[in-house]
Amino acid sequence: MAEQTYSDTEMQLVIFKLGREEYGVSILQVQEIKRITDITRVPHTPEYIKGVINLRGSVLPVIDLKKRLNLPPAVSTEDTRIIIVKVQEISVGMIVDAVSEVLTMNQENIDAPDVVAGSISANYLSGVGKLENRLLILLNLEEIIGLGQENVQA
Amino acid sequence: MDTNQYMGMFLEESREHLQNLNSCVLDLENAPDNLSVLGEIFRSAHTIKGMSATMGFTTIAELTHEMENILDMLRKSQLKATPDIIDAIFKCVDTLEQLVESVATGNESSIDNKPLIARLKALGKGEVVPTATPAPEKVVKDSVEASTITLNETEIGLAKKAQAQGLQVYEVNVYLREGCLLKSARSYMVMNVLDEIGDVIKTIPVVEDLEKEKFDLNFQVVLVSGSDAEKIQQAVLSISEIEKVVVMQYNLPEEVVKTENKQQTPVEQAKPAAVNAPTPTTTPTATTAKNKSGQSVRVDIDKLDALLNLVGELVINKTRLEQIGITHKLTDLVETIEQMDRVTTDLQSVVMKVRMVPVGQVFNRFPRMVRDLSHGLNKEINLIIQGEETELDRTVIDEIGDPLVHLLRNSIDHGIEHPEERQAKGKNPIGDIRLIARHEGNNVIIMVEDDGKGINPDIIRGIAVKKGLITQAEADKMDANEAVKLVFLPGFSTAEVVTDVSGRGVGMDAVKNKIESLGGMVDVETKINEGSKFKIRLPLTLAIIQALLVNVSEEIYAIPLGSIDSTININSSDIKTVQNKEVILLRGQIIPIVRLANVLQVPEVEKSEEEQNQEELFIVIVHIGEQRAGIIVDNLIGQQEIVIKSLGKLLAGIKIIAGATILGNGQVALILDIASLIQ
Repeated sequence: MAEQTYSDTEMQLVIFKLGREEYGVSILQVQEIKRITDITRVPHTPEYIKGVINLRGSVLPVIDLKKRLNLPPAVSTEDTRIIIVKVQEISVGMIVDAVSEVLTMNQENIDAPDVVAGSISANYLSGVGKLENRLLILLNLEEIIGLGQENVQA
Repeated sequence: MDTNQYMGMFLEESREHLQNLNSCVLDLENAPDNLSVLGEIFRSAHTIKGMSATMGFTTIAELTHEMENILDMLRKSQLKATPDIIDAIFKCVDTLEQLVESVATGNESSIDNKPLIARLKALGKGEVVPTATPAPEKVVKDSVEASTITLNETEIGLAKKAQAQGLQVYEVNVYLREGCLLKSARSYMVMNVLDEIGDVIKTIPVVEDLEKEKFDLNFQVVLVSGSDAEKIQQAVLSISEIEKVVVMQYNLPEEVVKTENKQQTPVEQAKPAAVNAPTPTTTPTATTAKNKSGQSVRVDIDKLDALLNLVGELVINKTRLEQIGITHKLTDLVETIEQMDRVTTDLQSVVMKVRMVPVGQVFNRFPRMVRDLSHGLNKEINLIIQGEETELDRTVIDEIGDPLVHLLRNSIDHGIEHPEERQAKGKNPIGDIRLIARHEGNNVIIMVEDDGKGINPDIIRGIAVKKGLITQAEADKMDANEAVKLVFLPGFSTAEVVTDVSGRGVGMDAVKNKIESLGGMVDVETKINEGSKFKIRLPLTLAIIQALLVNVSEEIYAIPLGSIDSTININSSDIKTVQNKEVILLRGQIIPIVRLANVLQVPEVEKSEEEQNQEELFIVIVHIGEQRAGIIVDNLIGQQEIVIKSLGKLLAGIKIIAGATILGNGQVALILDIASLIQ
């Protein structure tokens, strides 16, 4: 799905904040954005799995995105949101500090992820977008959710 | 027109008819002269042929066509149902199954039907007078010019009465265009038009069969009307997808007795059993009606799941309203909700019932399997099925097939002895295998019972030790009952020779795992030389269960009530340790203790002084089979009916959690998997 959207010249992104950095995911992968609710902890899961929530009657896992990306934790505020994304038929929630906007970005302005690997494992990134003086980090959701090699430990 | 949208229907109906064929051919094997069974086989084959031709699957259509020819000859007693022929028919059914499945997977051409068609042709020619070789059906049908319809007495009475009133009796032959997709709709439109012009006395096939599309491309109607033949023809031709219409004067027979003479012309497909019957009325439909009693609708299981989810949602919201009513002391609201409560409870039970299907759906395929396997092993086995009407949740039904196949194969291969051996033991040379289903409380019991040689505990012990599954000392301590249960251990196989049928050493272990994953249990009882009995206990449904909600620190967990023995209060000093494991003594039994907070890695919460010193502990005593354990929890909340939800693919691997449920306040609570918790 990701490749498909990237092949077009323009793509729409949902922009959100983690700490002071701005991140983006393709709008096609986002199902909805929800205020933070009760999250039930699930034992014996990797640390970045925050737990499960009730989304209109179905049970949905929620990922603590900052933990997943090795970013310093923050307390949840009024702005904290859960972005529900769907990747390969699996719906997952991701906790983010704030959701700011939806914007359209030209393909030309997106660089390969290796430019700014930094603290985040390059696997988790699919590119870096430049928009005027802002840098938007685009996430590779397949890897973040753990559909790559690594699996949830039993 | 795009036929894709009919694909699902085609596949499902084909599978159903193939299943029916399988069981009918089995019946035929036992009673080769049974015409009504032959009729049934013929109808199923014919329907498959019609459907596949419409969908453009020529390989299937060709094969069924040849099969039909053979069946037709059997029906007309031009052929005898020899084992050879029965075998060929079975072969056909198998090939058709493969063909249909290959259609489902989308690579139709991979299977060659030529050799089988050749075999059928040879069989057809072998024993039949050449002139009777059935001409291709189409030709036969088009050449039907003479009146082939026979009326019974009442119908003749009606016709005569009409004639007396100056009306004409017509025979109308309607031919639908090849590739017509909605045959029933077309036939319905034709009948409507004819009803306007005159009175329909009779149709061939009968109207119900027309509605169910149980005809090829043509059907016949006897009509009394004041209009002339041409008008009738024009009226019918005005409907689309009608190839041709032949309207003839119908000559009433002088005497009813003469009807028999009229039957030399080929008999219509849709009334096969009428061949030798003097009154060609609705004998075949009577049997059909018996098989498909009641009206039903085919619904995708996903839709039912969605429905169940919605009902669950409704229940949750109702509980919320209830809480609002109570906190704000709104009597009116509380009363209304009480009424709503009744409705939702009913709704829930209806939805649950809708999901229930008879186990017969799974059992149906076993007679054929047992027949094939026993032939292959040169054993004689009589399969007795009881309680096939017992209902189980659809999800359980879908999963239970494989374990049952394993158990049956085991009984056939290892249980039942060869006929000579049985005779030597003074048993009936024909072995019995019983497959029994019945209700027992909130459970369904399925038993696979054979009267074979039974399981020898000493041999089992020996093998288990040899394979290193247990030590000699452990083996010596076991009683016969425990030893027999070793067959459920992973990597255990007793067959000295690994056969095609079973004995790969995965069987029983897989059976046990599957049953337990369905929330059930499997047990075995056996007596040497008398037989073995495998008993499967399954919950009625997997979707809604009774559970006990408990607190561990701040968190809420649900324990399925089915595995709870009791709840007790003990003093922390009652906990002893044996080999560093915590146990308690309950009514003389030593029960291991599980501290839920540790197992679930519940984060430490600051406890008040009072709680720290709390001496009294709540323990939930649970059991899985014979095994018991006590689970220490912080608090008991209460018993509640919960709807089980899956945690989804991402979190599927967690062993001690069986699923999740949504509580009245919308919060998610996890359901504990007791089996893996206490192991």
